[in-house]
Amino acid sequence: MSEVVSDPISTIISAVIYHQPVLLIVIGLVGSFITPVVGFIKKQLCNYWAVLITFTQFCLSLSLFYHAVRYGKISYWLGGWEPPWGIEYVVDILNGFVLVVVSFICFIVSIYGRKSLLKEIEGKEIPLYTLYILLSTGMLGIVVTGDIFNLYVFLEISSLAAYALVAMGDREGLIASFNYMILGTVSACFVLLGVGYLYLMTGTLNMADLSRLLPALYDKPSILIGVSLLIVGFSIKTAIFPLHTWLPDAYTHSPSAISAMLSGTFTKVGVYAIIRLIFSIVGIGYFIEHHNIFVFFSWVAGAGIIFGSLMAIAQEDIKRMLAYSSISQLGYIALGISLANTFSLAGGILHILGHSLMKAGLFMVAGAIVYTKGIRRISELEGLGRVMPFTMSAFLISALSMIGIPPTIGFFSKYYILLGAIQAEAWVFVGIILFSSLLTAVYFWKVFEKVYFGKNDVKGFEEAPKSMIIPTVLLAVLSIVFGFLSPRIVDVIAVWINTALGVFT
Amino acid sequence: MKTDVGKVDGKENGTQTRKAIKRGIILRTNAIFMVPFILLWGLYVLTHGSSGPGGGFQAGVVLAAGVILYAVVFGLDRAKRDFPIKVMLLIASIGVSIYAWVGLFALFFGGNYLEYGALPIGHEPAESSELGIEMVEIGIGLTVMAIMLSIFYDFAHGRD
Amino acid sequence: MVDVVEIILTKYNYLIYIALMTIGFYGMIGKSNLIKKLIGMSVFQYSIFLFYISIADIHGGTAPILIEGEKVTYVNPLPHVLILTAIVVAVSTLAVGLSLAVRIYREFGSLDENKILMGLKDE
Repeated sequence: MSEVVSDPISTIISAVIYHQPVLLIVIGLVGSFITPVVGFIKKQLCNYWAVLITFTQFCLSLSLFYHAVRYGKISYWLGGWEPPWGIEYVVDILNGFVLVVVSFICFIVSIYGRKSLLKEIEGKEIPLYTLYILLSTGMLGIVVTGDIFNLYVFLEISSLAAYALVAMGDREGLIASFNYMILGTVSACFVLLGVGYLYLMTGTLNMADLSRLLPALYDKPSILIGVSLLIVGFSIKTAIFPLHTWLPDAYTHSPSAISAMLSGTFTKVGVYAIIRLIFSIVGIGYFIEHHNIFVFFSWVAGAGIIFGSLMAIAQEDIKRMLAYSSISQLGYIALGISLANTFSLAGGILHILGHSLMKAGLFMVAGAIVYTKGIRRISELEGLGRVMPFTMSAFLISALSMIGIPPTIGFFSKYYILLGAIQAEAWVFVGIILFSSLLTAVYFWKVFEKVYFGKNDVKGFEEAPKSMIIPTVLLAVLSIVFGFLSPRIVDVIAVWINTALGVFT
Repeated sequence: MKTDVGKVDGKENGTQTRKAIKRGIILRTNAIFMVPFILLWGLYVLTHGSSGPGGGFQAGVVLAAGVILYAVVFGLDRAKRDFPIKVMLLIASIGVSIYAWVGLFALFFGGNYLEYGALPIGHEPAESSELGIEMVEIGIGLTVMAIMLSIFYDFAHGRD
Repeated sequence: MVDVVEIILTKYNYLIYIALMTIGFYGMIGKSNLIKKLIGMSVFQYSIFLFYISIADIHGGTAPILIEGEKVTYVNPLPHVLILTAIVVAVSTLAVGLSLAVRIYREFGSLDENKILMGLKDE
């Protein structure tokens, strides 16, 4: 920072821009601990405070993404200590992209959650919004950090907040949260063990330093154990197929706005951690030359896609159906990672954005239905299309995007993954992708049929309040807008993909 | 001064009352001596974290253990009167705020976040680093003590 | 045969932590009482802390305090610092778990997982 001070405003702005990676986290932490004070003044203020904090985090993430795209990688040394002696925060294009997605979903759901959470959880606003801001900050911390133990700490912060938030739902939410806690602790312990093995062999915890020191140690069994533990730990968090069992109960029995937020953000952060581990820390050369896990991973992802879609068809509860659909979509992203060429990776990363928008919108619609009438079974949703036009049209657009109809973003991400599968000559996966689009159409058609072509006797239903409709419709519209913009987005991401894949494109 | 130690199963039986009073007297006398020393030792652990086992978190737990011993021996109501829940939550917020604001002050004085060397206390960066770490440890100790106490109050039931 | 004995005698810390981890894992999955699951989770987490501390140790090393003019063989302090953080995390997770168990007991009247699920199925 220069010595000559022109005027106070520009120094403040340049200081904020210089320190913005850490301000993202600090504003969240300070905000979450001032929430009880705000709540003691007046309980309704807690929601506005949460909206303010998440909006500030969203603006900072946009600024970070812009700087990363324009000027290259941003690196911030915490405490002034040079890495690898200190913790550093690194923001590059992949980071910035996931930061913008996560903070946007947190901001939109906090606007939506004012009426929805007020009806479902009466009188507990102070702990709810404290945990909400803490969850948002923890997830942003996972994405922004460049030190692998710091990743574990933020992972546990956000997981603990998530367990407590899921437990605030209905009666069965307590058991769902307990199961989630046991599985989440196992996954975090595996991550800690993996970090321990990597530290044991290299002596450093910094991600850039690890990527420099690990290639010399590729043929040691300790590295294999450490990397496998890390991948299994992050896969439990991401709910990839055989390790998904906590997800349906947790999403079904938590409050609707929390389901929307968790589905749009928490699993994406796990996928980001896997991508960071495979491509930046360990380097793709390890997996292609020494121990090829990609074949196994792609089969597991394919099985997850089919399993999720088949189970979603069999469900009667709309939130449970959407939860199994999430498992299927996360299988798409995992397939995109494991096919490991430019197209599929671009499709997978684009699907991070797409699935967040679509699934958060769908859960918001389910929350609106629960708000007005309190029902969740699909068979009771007859004829809603006439009474709740805005909500149901948002549902229609988001569902069409999930099935993969052009020009929505769902179509483009599946198209890129399909191109990647064709390029890798994995014809089985081409078949799996096309077949599961058909299955997705089946289980969404069930809802369409009841909603639009059902009987006409709808009593006691009315359109959801405006603060709930506007975010839902906004997400649906954005999934079309980003569909049109997706070639531009892929061009931006491709810069990172080319450096990550390197020689092996 | 009346303490709620004399009734066992609600009835004042001869030998049972005597046993209860004996139990009460031993516990009360010991606790009167032990609780101040436990709290003092907690402060010692807090400030000597850099030259022996200790630090913020351990000190917070030891301080909370002292107050929990007081609550177990003298009754939950008395502990809730002397260490109220709302004050505990306020102390928890203050402790974390100390941590966050020490870091932010480092920002204001030109360093990175939590760069204690940039704070204007002490004569050289090493000394201000040491003082900054001690301030942060005090904040952590306060928060941990308050949170452990509030968890205890949530679980505890008293003699109901 | 001599190799196995040599491995057991020199690398016994790894064997201990793996044994504890397996015991904790069995407790988490095999027992049906919620409190026993939480105890298993605690043992599981603490075994990993033992692993970290054991890899930091050096034969004949002391506390990492420098004395003027003397060569001190000190134990690596970084894993100890990492484990301080991890212990805080483990205690917080145990606190959340116990609060959940208390609320489940107040809501369902039982701490046994099978009884709770049977009760749910009957509704």
